[in-house]
Amino acid sequence: MEALKQELKVKIIDVLNLEDISKDDIQDSDPLFGDGLGLDSIDALELIVLLDKEYGIKLADPKQGKEIFQSIETMAAYISENRTK
Amino acid sequence: MRTKVAITGIGIISSIGKTVEENFHALVSKKSGISRLENFYSKHVNDIKVGEIKHTNEELASLLHLPLEHSYSRTFLLGAYAAKQAVISAQISDINELRTGLISSTSVGGMDLTEKHYKSYDAHPEYLPYIKSHHAGDSTQKIADYIGLKGFATTLSTACSSAANAIMMGATMVENGLLDRVIVGGTDALSKFTINGFKTLMILSDTDNTPFDQNRKGLNLGEAAAYLVLESEYIAQASGKKILAYISGYGNANDAFHQTASSENGEGAYLSMKKAFEKAQIQPSEIDYINAHGTATPNNDLSEGRALLRIFSSVPAFSSTKSYTGHTLAAAAAIEAVYSVLSLQENCIFPTLNFQTPMEEFHLIPATEVYYTPIEHVLSNSFGFGGNCSTLIFSKDL
Amino acid sequence: MKSCFINGIGSVTIQDPSYDLYTSEAQDVSYVNYAQQPSYKELIAPGMSRRMAKGIKMSIYAANQAIQEAQISDLDAILVGTSMGCIEDSEKFLQSVIENDEEYLTPTAFIQSTHNTVAGQLALHWKSNAYNFTFVNGGSSFESALFDAMMQIRFHGAKKILLGGVDEIGSYTYSLFQKIHKVKNAEDLVDFFQPQSAGVPCGEGANFFVLSDDKSEKTYAEVKSVSFINKLYKPAHLWIEDFLVENNIACVDAVILGVNADVNQHAFYEECCNYFRHTPQLYYQHIAGSYDSVSAFGLKVAAEIIKKQQIPAQCMYNQVKANRLESVLLIHQSDLIDYSLTWVTSC
Repeated sequence: MEALKQELKVKIIDVLNLEDISKDDIQDSDPLFGDGLGLDSIDALELIVLLDKEYGIKLADPKQGKEIFQSIETMAAYISENRTK
Repeated sequence: MRTKVAITGIGIISSIGKTVEENFHALVSKKSGISRLENFYSKHVNDIKVGEIKHTNEELASLLHLPLEHSYSRTFLLGAYAAKQAVISAQISDINELRTGLISSTSVGGMDLTEKHYKSYDAHPEYLPYIKSHHAGDSTQKIADYIGLKGFATTLSTACSSAANAIMMGATMVENGLLDRVIVGGTDALSKFTINGFKTLMILSDTDNTPFDQNRKGLNLGEAAAYLVLESEYIAQASGKKILAYISGYGNANDAFHQTASSENGEGAYLSMKKAFEKAQIQPSEIDYINAHGTATPNNDLSEGRALLRIFSSVPAFSSTKSYTGHTLAAAAAIEAVYSVLSLQENCIFPTLNFQTPMEEFHLIPATEVYYTPIEHVLSNSFGFGGNCSTLIFSKDL
Repeated sequence: MKSCFINGIGSVTIQDPSYDLYTSEAQDVSYVNYAQQPSYKELIAPGMSRRMAKGIKMSIYAANQAIQEAQISDLDAILVGTSMGCIEDSEKFLQSVIENDEEYLTPTAFIQSTHNTVAGQLALHWKSNAYNFTFVNGGSSFESALFDAMMQIRFHGAKKILLGGVDEIGSYTYSLFQKIHKVKNAEDLVDFFQPQSAGVPCGEGANFFVLSDDKSEKTYAEVKSVSFINKLYKPAHLWIEDFLVENNIACVDAVILGVNADVNQHAFYEECCNYFRHTPQLYYQHIAGSYDSVSAFGLKVAAEIIKKQQIPAQCMYNQVKANRLESVLLIHQSDLIDYSLTWVTSC
């Protein structure tokens, strides 16, 4: 799970082009949206594609993203359970 | 000294018909134009429904008497077809005998050709001339050439409000004597680019779209072209030709909320409607029918509904004809302008297809049956990405 | 009739951000020229900047310069002219669609590919609910936007307008343009006086203006009239004469030419130069590069020479000296398709 969390941090920084941030800046339980990392609804759509491309998880409804993308912790948990890649 | 802006001609091609009569007949027969994609292949063909015009490019070129060995952008073909129809409808025989202009709009431009040939240029040098057709202005220029226009021509692109903005720019020019008449409207063809683009935003529905329905799932993309001929009232009257309706009001405002989503309280929509009423010098209570933007996305219908409730103390009959045609992007406001003119001419309110369950957030129920009642003023909304909100008001007499 | 004053100007060009027409030495224009990007950190939050196309960033920067100079706080209209919009993102998205066979596509590139993205982002940046139009008419995209700006002031009571022209180089589209000689290839010389090769020296940039119906001590000049057409139906000098007559232009103190080093387009400018052979002539694409909305940079040159009452040496196309600079005519064409004339005066 640890490795997955680190991997996620690197991938998120890359896919969302977060230029000034390194993976050490992101804590596992920091909120990703709103006040934490400050991601928004367009980033949520990008993360949905990330889930599909890297882990084979297809979300039918973008609203599901709200729960899953709360933090690195919640993302990693969801991916572990549902990944097909 | 401002002149009134009369509409003297209309032309249209959409998934519910390739003439004004066919479109009207489909509207009053509740005949939807939503189907499966057939004209080109997409991986998503079974996950989406579209408002596709069931004519190939070759068939369209043939209808336009254009040589088949040339590869024309579908955007141009649809646009030329509708623009020519409008010019004929306005009984114009010599298009350059008066100061005439063309203001067209598109979001796809030549993309349908570009995506087809994108990697083929090395192997097929004969495709190289089409590189110049990619940009939006090219289709306008080709449409001007096709109808023989030698005057003012320009192109707008503000996503889904494009044609409304072309119409209001044309109205400004005719009102203030910069042109005697102007052909205004928009054209957009279906393309892999837009289908995939909207898919990434997760706002496409896999079923027939259901505007203003509690269980709406998103929009169906469509393709279409429509143009109106606007003339100074003096010139129209002097020629003795029939005036179909007037453009009495218009307004454009920006939501300034988000690049693709609308604000919760519909601020941009509210402001564009407010501006249109100020221009028209009529009260909201005088509107008999609203052709809503009504794309059936969760976001738009909520935002637009709220804006309607803010500006109308009692919201009149309204519907979304996108339930028939799909969302035709830059052409949407133009085909809906034609439908607004038909509504005035025929004293008819068109329904919203597929509606079942009212939205929970407010009590707004769209018209679901065709009905005939005197119509004096119609309001049409079109809202595009980039927060671009436009409203047009059409009137029978001024 | 209400006047249309230029009260603020901002630019991002292929020259250094500190470039000044009068005091800086311009870097020579090459066959392809990328804009020199200023620092955006102070103006655009990293959270927004990270996904912005360069066309958007250049426009926000240039618009901000113009707004700061004009010292205005709110706008009545935002008008943008762009031929291809944020073409890099269009390419990115299209390439993904084709290469990934319509899978794993992300929205950011698509969103930025819509032509009115720049105008939409300007509205977001300044939280402006104002009238917002984008024109996409090839080589007269900027002139179309300018035309509408003047209509908004004259007929719709607008008092403060943000107007700009922007285009960016997209690498794949650029390579296609090279194939059809719309732009110069590496082996072509760039000669604005006696061009030998087809194609223009491709450039990119954003040039923005604040227009107002009110004069201020910041005012550069007044835009009196703009006209554009997509085909010439008579010789160029007769088309120009029609414009002079229609606008009651008694004399022209200087002409600013959109000469672009393309051998196939040069005859048009030769005819104009011959017609105005006794008039000081300027050029500017040797400083800004060539792209569809570069005539906006031409307008900047017009505004500056009127304000300063002096022609910068590096802009002189002929050797005729100016007695005064009160009436300036911009003559522009692009690809032998889009032709425009803009008349700018002192005020």
